[in-house]
This record gives sequence, structure tokens and C-alpha cells, in this order.
Amino acid sequence: MSATATRPSTDPATDPAATGTAAAEPRPSLLSSAVRSPAARKLAALVVIAAVLIPLAHAKWASGSWPHALTVDVSGPLGDASDWILDNRDSHWIFLYFFGHISNVIIIGVRAVYVALLALGWAGVTAGLTLIAWRVAGVRIAVTTLVSFAICGLLGMWVPTMQTLALMAIAVTASVVIGGLLGLAGGLSEWAFRVLRPVLDTMQVLPAFAYLLPVVMIFGNGVPGAVLATVIYAAPPMARLTALGLRGADAGVLEAVTSLGATWRQRLLSARLPLARKELLLGINQTIMMALSMAVIASVIGGGGLGDRVYQALSSVDVGKALAAGLPIVLLAVVMDRTIGSAGERLGEPPAEGGPRLLRGWPAWAGVAVVTAVITVVGRLTGSQTWPTGWTVAIEEPVNQFKEWMVDHLYTGVPVVGGTADWAAHYVKWILDPLREGLQGLPWYAVLLIVAALAWLIGTWATALTATAAMAAIGVLGVWEPSMDTLSQVLAAVFVTLVLGFAIGIWAARSTRLERMMRPVLDMFQTMPQFVYLIPVVALFGVGRAPAAAAAIVYALPAVIRITTQGIRNVDPAALESARSLGATQGQQLRQVQLPLARPALLLAVNQGVVLVLAVVVIGGLVGSGALGYDVLFGLAQGDLATGLVAGTAIVCLGLMLDRVTQPTSRRDRKGA
Amino acid sequence: MARTRIQLLMAVAGIAAVFTATGCGAADMTKQSSPYANVGGAKSVTLSVQSWVGAQANVAVAQYLLEHELGYRVDTVQVDEIPAWDALSQGRVDAILEDWGHPEQEQRYVKDKKLIVPGGGLGVTGHIGWWVPKYFADKHPDVLNWKNLNKYAKTFKTAESGGKGQLLDGSPSYVTNDKALVKNLKLNYQIVFSGSEAAQITQIKQFAKGKKPFLSYWYEPQWLFNQVPMVEVKLPKYTDKCANEGTKDPESVDCAYPTTPLQKYLNADFAKQGGKASAFLKKFHWTKQDQNEVSELIASQGMSAQDAAKKWVEAHPDVWKKWMP
Repeated sequence: MSATATRPSTDPATDPAATGTAAAEPRPSLLSSAVRSPAARKLAALVVIAAVLIPLAHAKWASGSWPHALTVDVSGPLGDASDWILDNRDSHWIFLYFFGHISNVIIIGVRAVYVALLALGWAGVTAGLTLIAWRVAGVRIAVTTLVSFAICGLLGMWVPTMQTLALMAIAVTASVVIGGLLGLAGGLSEWAFRVLRPVLDTMQVLPAFAYLLPVVMIFGNGVPGAVLATVIYAAPPMARLTALGLRGADAGVLEAVTSLGATWRQRLLSARLPLARKELLLGINQTIMMALSMAVIASVIGGGGLGDRVYQALSSVDVGKALAAGLPIVLLAVVMDRTIGSAGERLGEPPAEGGPRLLRGWPAWAGVAVVTAVITVVGRLTGSQTWPTGWTVAIEEPVNQFKEWMVDHLYTGVPVVGGTADWAAHYVKWILDPLREGLQGLPWYAVLLIVAALAWLIGTWATALTATAAMAAIGVLGVWEPSMDTLSQVLAAVFVTLVLGFAIGIWAARSTRLERMMRPVLDMFQTMPQFVYLIPVVALFGVGRAPAAAAAIVYALPAVIRITTQGIRNVDPAALESARSLGATQGQQLRQVQLPLARPALLLAVNQGVVLVLAVVVIGGLVGSGALGYDVLFGLAQGDLATGLVAGTAIVCLGLMLDRVTQPTSRRDRKGA
Repeated sequence: MARTRIQLLMAVAGIAAVFTATGCGAADMTKQSSPYANVGGAKSVTLSVQSWVGAQANVAVAQYLLEHELGYRVDTVQVDEIPAWDALSQGRVDAILEDWGHPEQEQRYVKDKKLIVPGGGLGVTGHIGWWVPKYFADKHPDVLNWKNLNKYAKTFKTAESGGKGQLLDGSPSYVTNDKALVKNLKLNYQIVFSGSEAAQITQIKQFAKGKKPFLSYWYEPQWLFNQVPMVEVKLPKYTDKCANEGTKDPESVDCAYPTTPLQKYLNADFAKQGGKASAFLKKFHWTKQDQNEVSELIASQGMSAQDAAKKWVEAHPDVWKKWMP
């Protein structure tokens, strides 16, 4: 479930060369070595470039903000494009013979699964899925599955859960097939891999809301658009992990297979793919997680199901109802994650011995089918196909009362620490406002220079060029001011996330009990649709940038905590032992051994913090963060392709820049994973 | 070679099968209903719900009557206004019950392409404006004229408004001229977009709890007035001249918002072939009081939309009997 696995290529923990950055830092005490150090040389080169270019730029466009002369207005062509689509959608061949069929196939597919699920009835679905979970993942997970589906029914969410399942089944299948094919190409051909990487990067950083609009224009509102938007978001991890698995196949085994005279295809099917099994399974798992997290966002364009219930509950400001619809999403995610994760762990092991023979191999599968069929028939005979209406529990009231209580007691006037409203005001006044004014007040060329310097220090000149070009693109698109506003919000939220995440992560690394207690909470925060906590954050922090930051922090914190805990736990025990034997205190061990050795993991945590905070910029727009997030929403709501797409692109550029500035990319490239 | 040819043939056959399955040849983008519709032989109607509760009330009552009096199955989908027009033209939803006026879409879909037909008035009149809470207006009655707003700018200041007064605006999907109004009326105010109606309502309730002053873009009919009584601030009078200039150049608007009789729209095919359902939806016509009664039950008494609709339907047979086909 950890978000880290979605970007395995950036994981420096697996990359011994990444630790090399530590050696690249200048040692302040030795002036002569500082001059010779690469970092100093890079900075010196930048200073020279700046000394030439800045006076020129300043003479020509003396304003601090991005000069108007250097912008390109794309609203005309984008407006024309959207008009063309709307006018030709029911007559042009590309819609009649291509896009139309795609959406028809999706509608038929989703419908088929939905009809099948309804025909199985609640008894059949619950029994079938529980048995499958038991078969592939064991008794404990089967019980989890049973309980989870029972809860979906008890919450009165059976039908929407089935709609979401149907949608997910098709979306995940499509993502796995498309992602798998892309990954196959990337795994087998170096050229395809190079072309693919930036495409996959963009697919993941692009805020889903930005491509909802073009998808809706082409495929229309509702299920087809929702499925396609989900595929765009969920296919990249599959592609990445497939490519990773194929490239990582043991060369010795391949050599042996080749020497046995296997053809290219035999080698692929009998050696490379089986060897990549674990990665493929992890890819499927990640794809399911990503797809589920899109379930709610897809509801904005009429995807239906659980997401739509969350969305509808929000419009009447009913947190309890939103939670009742959000919980099944979390449960589906937990069930699928545990089932597939456990199946993956069992893959390498020899088949379990013992137990009756009937419980192994194909007889077991036949048994699953028969038992499911029997239970389905029994369920049909006893009554309702959907969950019996009497068997539901209303959690709305107590949840809403709890929210009210929280807001009443925490909003303002709490002794000593102050209320949440005061925190929000302080955060805005002391952190956000100065940061925003600073960024917007900096001349644009200074911003470019800082970005170039940071990216170059951590990577190569190519990294610096990408990061600077991304920033320049923002200027050219004419959204410099709102982008600086968004950037200030992202930086501030990342800062808070890292402070909290490192502190909690270090603490959890020292206490197994705390870690175990936190695990379900972290799971929930990562999978609970962000829409559910929009209302509580507004109730606690008011409308504006503070609640947006709160939502972003809640979303990004679990990943940062997990990576930090893992990183510190994985520190070489021998190093720690020797420090201990030298009489180092706990604090000294932490500062001088654990933290330096966990440096790659901490860097990854920084990077993930940035990426995840950026992913909720648009959600922040829903609670008044303004700037780019609001523009994307505005574009979607008003069908204004120009505003929405430009703001979305600017978010991608910010993401690209921040990623390059926080990851030692040069080494990642060389490794080529 | 032979194998390649077989594979090619199979691929062609596969594509052909897909085409046959989806209706052979051209796919019609204007006839794609929801995959959840008409499952198990039920006659079904798909209604679009907009994010505000008034729209939910219309849909809830229509759904209740369609299901219990006419034997339909009703699916509801929440969509923003402009995407809803799009969905309506493709047959993915069958009706919009509350439209606040979208001239561009009317031109394209109703007049030019004839994919959507008007379904008559809803009976409710909508009005957008600027509002302050009653508890504040009672103490400072002169705030109700826009000319005095600058005097109160300091009072309406928040952390987000950067030294100016805060004008709280709503969801990005709503019609608003507020940026132009603030500029053209030379008001010392900063518009803070709350980004969604849910956020705006939560913020207004939060203000009201502490009896704090605020100025907000808002509209009626709206159930929130029953919980947080508000009074409208008078803006320069709405005139046709101002409206016409505003259509040409949105930045020139310097007068109040118009009062809009809300309209229903139906998918053209559904209007013709929808049988009793479309006849019923065309006749659906009620008042602001009726709508607010249902909205209030849903939004502040925590009733489910269906229960609220049931309660209203049982209490007002005289109103809805007239809608039956």
C-alpha cells in the first residue's frame, strides 16, 4: 500500500551510487578543496552565466514578474479545439469509428460485470470473494474479506459498492493490459524505455482534474470518461514495474536458457516473465490502489458508485454520510492490497504441504466455484439480491455529532495552545504570506537561477536544464503569479509534513508497538478519499490556504512516516552495535549513525512528500486555496479547456521542477532502472 | 509466415467482433446510456443532480414519484452544470431539473443540434446576490447599501483577504461577476473563492456560530437561510443595458444580478420516447417554499433525500397529483 513503490526508479535506497552525493559536498574548512569541488565549480559557472544574461534580461524587461512579451496565449487555439470537438462529436469519423467504439466497449464491459455481480447477489459475491481470498491468501485475509463486505452492506452501501467494483474491474483490467504492454516494450527495448519514462512521469504528475476535462469532451460524461481517466492514472505503475522486472531478470538464468537453444519468444515466456512475477504482481497491486483512489475523483464526471455517494454527501455538508461511503473504498483497498500482497509472498514458496488434497490445485478452485454457486442460489431463494434493507447501521448521526463536538471545542479559545482557527491564522500570516510575497517579489530570472543552482548541485547540467525549462514554461504560459502562489503553498506544506513525518517516523522506528498501532491509521489516511476530510478541515481551519495545507499534510504524512521508519530500521545493525559498544547515547546513535546512514531514505521521503503534496493541490482548490488548483477546477466546471489545461500544465511543470530539485537524477539515469 | 498470417486474421476477427458487439459500423455518441441503467429489465430514468441542495430536492421528489407512482428505476448522477449539458446531449442523463441559464449551451444543443429540448419552467425563481448575516445587519443597517461597503471593509477582513475586506465566493461552477463588480464599484475588497459550496456553507456556519460579521456571494432559494438568516446588500439596479454590455464584455458589469426563472431540460430522444416519465417531468412544477421544505429536511435535519421526499409527498398530494400523466 505504500506510495513509495509506485516510483521504484527513484528509490535511492536500492542504488548504492546515490549515497555518493554525500561525498560531493564541499568541506567548509578546506578552502582549496572547495575550489576544486564540483559543487563550487558548478556554482561558479552559473554565476558567470547569470552575470551575462541577467543584465540583458533586466535591460529589456525590467519588471519583477514574468515579462508579458515572453508569454504565449494558448486560450484561442484551445477554445477552438473544444468547440470543434463539441460540434463534430456526433458526425466526424474519428468519433463514429474510433472514440465511440472505445466508449461503447467500456459501457458494455462495465455493464456485464455489474449485471453479473447483481446476479450473484450479496450472498454470492461475499461468499465467492471470501473463498478466493482464502484460496490465494489464507484464512486471516479471508476473514478480513468477509468482514469488509459485511460492513459495506451494513453501511447501506451495497449497490454503490457493486457499481464501483464493476467500474474498477474494467478500469484495472485495462490499466494492467495497457501498462503491461508498455512495460513490456520498455523492458525489452532501451529506446522504448527512454521514450516512455518522461511520458509515465507526466501521466503521474499531471493532476487528474486537468485531464478530466479533455476526457469528458471526447468521451462524454459518465462511465467511459471515468474509466479512461482512471487508466491514465493507474497504468504507469504497472508499466514501470513490468519494465523493472524484465530488466532486472537474472542474466545467468537468461544465458542458460539461451544456451539451451530457446527462441526469443520462448525466452520471454519461459524465463523473463516468470522471473519478473513478483514485480508484475506488485504492479497489479499498485494499479488497483491508484485506480481506487481515482474512484472519487472520477465521480466528479459522473462515474457513479461509491465516489458519487461521497461527492453527493459533501454537497449537503454531511461528513457522516461521506464517511459511510468512503469506508467501503478503504475496505476494498485493504482487502485487495492484503490479498494480492499475500499471494505475492506465497509465490516464491513451495506449495504448502499437508491439509486435505482437495484444498490444493484445481479441485480447490472447482470447490470455490461450486460453493459460491450454492450460496448464490440459497441467497436468491431466501430473498433480496441486494443487501437486505433491514440490516443496516446508521453511522451518520454519531460521526456528525463527533465532528460538531470537535469543531466546537477546538476551533478557538483552547487554553495555552490556542484553537485551530488561531493556528490557521498564524500559519497564513507568519509562513504562507511572507513566503508567497517573497516568491512573487523575486525577479523571475532570480527564481530561474535558484532553481538551476539547486538542480545542478544535486544532479547534472541536464537536470538543471530540465528544471529551469519547466519553470520557464510556466512563465511562457502566462501563469507565473498563480504558480508562485501555489509553489509557496506547496513548500510550506512540505516543510510541515517533513518536520512532523521525520519526528513521528523516528519515534516509530524505536517503538514497534507504536508502529503497529499506527499502521491501520496510516492505511486509512492513504486510502480514504480526500474529499471526505474536506469538510472537517474547513470546519477547523476556515476557508483558505490553511485548510488546503491541512488536507495536503494529512495525505502526504503517512508515506513520509513509513519511509523514515523503514530507512532508520534498515540501518546496518553492525554499525549501530559498534556505536553502542563505544558508549554512544541514544541521541548520539540517532544523530551520528542512524540519520546519516538513512540519508537515502530520508531524501526519498522528501521527494515523496513533494510529489504527494502536489497531488492534492487541486483538492486544495475545493477549500479555497485559490491559484492553480482553483483554475483547474474552474476549467472543469465551466468547460473552459484553456484555463483548466494551462493551470494543469503549470502544476506538471512545478512537479517536474520540484522532482528534479529533490532527487539525484543523474545516478538514476545511469542505472536505467 | 503462416503463423503470422493466422495471428493477423485473428486480430482482424477480434476487431470485427468488437465492432459487431457494439452495434456494427458507426458508433453513435449521442446514444450512450449509463451502464447501470435498465438492469434486469427495469424501466429506468437517469437524472442529473447539481451540487446544491435545492437541485437535490427536485431530484429526490421526482425520483420518489417516478419510483413509487410510475414504477421506474431512477439513477442519479452528480455533475457540474456545464458538463451536465454535455451529458444530456449524449443521452447519459435524461433530464436536468434546475438550470440557471446557459445561453451558449442553449444555442448549441437546443437551437443548432436539437439534441436537447426545453422541459418548461420549474416554478422556482433563482436570485444571486451579496448577503450579510441578519445579526450583523440589525446592528449596522447601513451596510445594506453597496455605497457603504468600503466603510466596513476592515470589519470583514480575514487572514486570507490580505488587508482588504473579504467577499466570500463559492464554487467555480457558479455564475459570478464579482471580480468585475469589485473593480467597477471601486470596492476595497478581496474575493476569496471557497472552491466548493460545501466549503462555503461550512465557513458561513462557522462564522455564524461566533456571530462574526461576513459578506458572501449567495443565492436563493437556499435552505441555509433557515439556519443562518441573511439579508441582501443592495447593488446598483439591474438593467437590460448593463446585462447586454456584460454579455459582450464581462469585465464591464457594474449592476446587480438578474432574477432567473429556473428551467428544466430534457434529452430530445427521451422527451419523445420517455413515455410517462418524460410527460411527468415536463409537468413537474412547484414553488420556492416546497423546494426549501425538502432541502431543509435533507440538509439540516440529516434526512436522506428519499425520506425527505417521502415526507413531502405524503404531506402535499394536492401539489403532485397534478403532475401525473
